[in-house]
Amino acid sequence: MPDSIMPFAVFFASIFTGNILLTNYLGMCSFLSVSKELKTSVGLGVAVIFVMATTTPLNWLVYQYLLIPFELEYLRFIVFIIVIAAFVQLTEMTIERYSENLYQALGIFLPLITVNCAILGVSLFMVIREYTFITSFFFGLGSGIGWFIAIIAMAGIRQKLKNASVPPGLEGPGIALVIAGFMAMAFMGFSGMISLS
Amino acid sequence: MAKNLIRKTFLEPLGKNNPVFVQILGICSTLAVTNKLQNTMVMTLGVMFTAAFSSWTISLLRNHIPSRIRMMVETMVIATFVIIVDVVLKAYYPEMWKQLGPYVGLIITNCIVMGRIEAFALQNKPMLSLIDGLSSGLGYAYVLLIIAFIRELLGTGSLWGYRILGTWWTNWSIMIMPPGGFFVLAIIIWVIRETIMKEAKHA
Repeated sequence: MPDSIMPFAVFFASIFTGNILLTNYLGMCSFLSVSKELKTSVGLGVAVIFVMATTTPLNWLVYQYLLIPFELEYLRFIVFIIVIAAFVQLTEMTIERYSENLYQALGIFLPLITVNCAILGVSLFMVIREYTFITSFFFGLGSGIGWFIAIIAMAGIRQKLKNASVPPGLEGPGIALVIAGFMAMAFMGFSGMISLS
Repeated sequence: MAKNLIRKTFLEPLGKNNPVFVQILGICSTLAVTNKLQNTMVMTLGVMFTAAFSSWTISLLRNHIPSRIRMMVETMVIATFVIIVDVVLKAYYPEMWKQLGPYVGLIITNCIVMGRIEAFALQNKPMLSLIDGLSSGLGYAYVLLIIAFIRELLGTGSLWGYRILGTWWTNWSIMIMPPGGFFVLAIIIWVIRETIMKEAKHA
């Protein structure tokens, strides 16, 4: 693949064929607990897009210009987490400042973004797949959008599901996992188009 | 009395307070490797090690950590133990390390580790916290090993890399692909909640 279209290919692939949630199961915890309400899902989804699109290129810079020159690659977990935590704090303060309602609705889930596996996962995949700076940005953005699409779809389905009669043992997370399974199958339909190595 | 407490601490996360069934916590980082029994084993051992020792460490430090930066300290401690797991794996089992890829690092964000620290280790003595962390890890491990067992057996007809079912077996390739993980976990949760949980509720 020529380098010039690589970022766009990765962008597309990270939304559809390699959806971070549906193919790598990352970000399941907040996905299952937040997707009960459409409104909170939108809020969290937007926050995830923002954090992923900013932290992935930022972590790329830190990794390339700080960790590799000093041969501290093995410290990447700690360093990435610190960068992400700082950014989540920033997001939290921004939301608190501009939208009281959204802040109320998200409640305890915003600090949980720090421990959202998907955010750290994107940064770690970026290192392993040896992306360039531009590609990392598009990978982060695409993964965020992919996660957003998945949680919005799930929240929509779960709202309709309130009126359905589900076997008692399957209520809540159980049925959500079944739906996620079907969504993953649907997203597999894209898999012939492009692939993430 | 003390003995009872230890027993209770050890047994609860294995049965009716299992982190996976009750809270559906922590499946993020490990579900992705459950298409092979061997990988799952290594990952869950890593989670157990991290959960036990970070609970222990935080419990030792619990009276000295300022509550404002509590989360940050916890994350640092967890990350330290995960780095140990990562370095050891890379040095002794490079093949396994390559296959697991980013998932070892993702133990840091495993909700179980952080959850047990927040819920248990901050209020309890070090030894008890160590036991709690270990048994939470165990309770988590056996569920994931069951998932991996089903997925590998049905998906490839083999276990631990060895062919178990004969050539007559047609592989259910959906099982080793992402949707399989979701379905198997959903079915296991369903079965457990219909049987064990129901009894617990009546009792």
